[in-house]
Amino acid sequence: MTEAISLIVAKYNYWLYIVLMMIGLYAMIAKNNLIKKLVGMNIFQTAIILFYVSIGSKKGATIPIIEHVQGAGEHAIKVADYINPLPHVLMLTAIVVSVSTFGVALALALKIYQEYKTLEEDEILMRLREK
Amino acid sequence: MRLFGFIIVCLSGALLLYATQDFPPWGDPGSPASTHVSPRYLEKSMEETDVPNVVTSVLADYRGFDTMFETTVIFAAGMSCFILLRIVRKEDEDRYYRHVSTGVTFHIKGKGRIPERSGEFERIDTMWTPYDLIIKTMARFLVPFIQLFALYVLAHGHESPGGGFQGGVIMGASFIVMAIAFDLRTALNGFREKVDGLLSALGVFIYAGTGALCLVLGGNFIDYKELAKILPVDQVEARAYGILSVETGVFIAVMAVMVCIYINIASEGKHDEGL
Repeated sequence: MTEAISLIVAKYNYWLYIVLMMIGLYAMIAKNNLIKKLVGMNIFQTAIILFYVSIGSKKGATIPIIEHVQGAGEHAIKVADYINPLPHVLMLTAIVVSVSTFGVALALALKIYQEYKTLEEDEILMRLREK
Repeated sequence: MRLFGFIIVCLSGALLLYATQDFPPWGDPGSPASTHVSPRYLEKSMEETDVPNVVTSVLADYRGFDTMFETTVIFAAGMSCFILLRIVRKEDEDRYYRHVSTGVTFHIKGKGRIPERSGEFERIDTMWTPYDLIIKTMARFLVPFIQLFALYVLAHGHESPGGGFQGGVIMGASFIVMAIAFDLRTALNGFREKVDGLLSALGVFIYAGTGALCLVLGGNFIDYKELAKILPVDQVEARAYGILSVETGVFIAVMAVMVCIYINIASEGKHDEGL
């Protein structure tokens, strides 16, 4: 039992992201409204972004901007002093791309609303069957 | 469907939670992600590119292709919003005008006569009629500072957290603040749709053009050290200037696409009123 608790405490960040990701996944599967599905997709993306950023962290390290003095010459850089820049780079682009894809998704939802006057999935399916 | 979804979510969540026991602890400096390629970036960034912010140097130099195609994705997203929603044809709809000096509002139905463009009448949104002085004054006061800050975030992206994506989003937000505080037509008068479309393409063009310029100068695509042949700097500093150039391209593309997406969605493609 204590082992299990110490395991959770050491990795509680991953647990939180998985819970968040599952909330998003559930919203995408079970919700009927298309906008709610999109919000679920955004929650899912946020969980992945948080997961990546947490992979990059190191205990006692600072942001990956090299401390330097102009003209002081080269000095050794301790890698353990700076957090991993790579996940930050990947997520930086991912955030903006997720905003743009969300914009496209909203545009599609708007078109669906103009056509069927509803955003509820079952009502849209009903209208489609009527035709 | 609900129960089925819940079962799927529980199963995959349990599987992922089970998998976390193989993960390295949080903040472990010896985790696999931090030991293979990232030490190389941290150690050599200053020496090779003269950029202290490693995120910027990795983004625009070491992983330049990734960022170029991300910019292309953003451009494509903006264009698809435009193509999906934009309605160019003008329909005769009900419009509302306010007589500026007296504050009397007019409701013009269908094909009624529309007042000429002058200072006497101003068009107002159908859903939003009150005249809010505080919001408009504050927006007018804040927007220049927001834009200045956006340019600072872009230009100082080498030395501090920042860069093209962040600056571009802030710059786009300043136009959206204009559109929210005043109305869509005022914002579009300051920032025309054609300019917006051209800028979003120009951003991608600047990025790819900088890469192609390196190709013309005899190096590889996006190999900025070749820019030293046309800039009065050495090869290391040329990479810093190459990064600044492509970040400017990203800035312009992101700004234009944010505004394009917002305007098209808020007005359902009519570009006359909304939100």
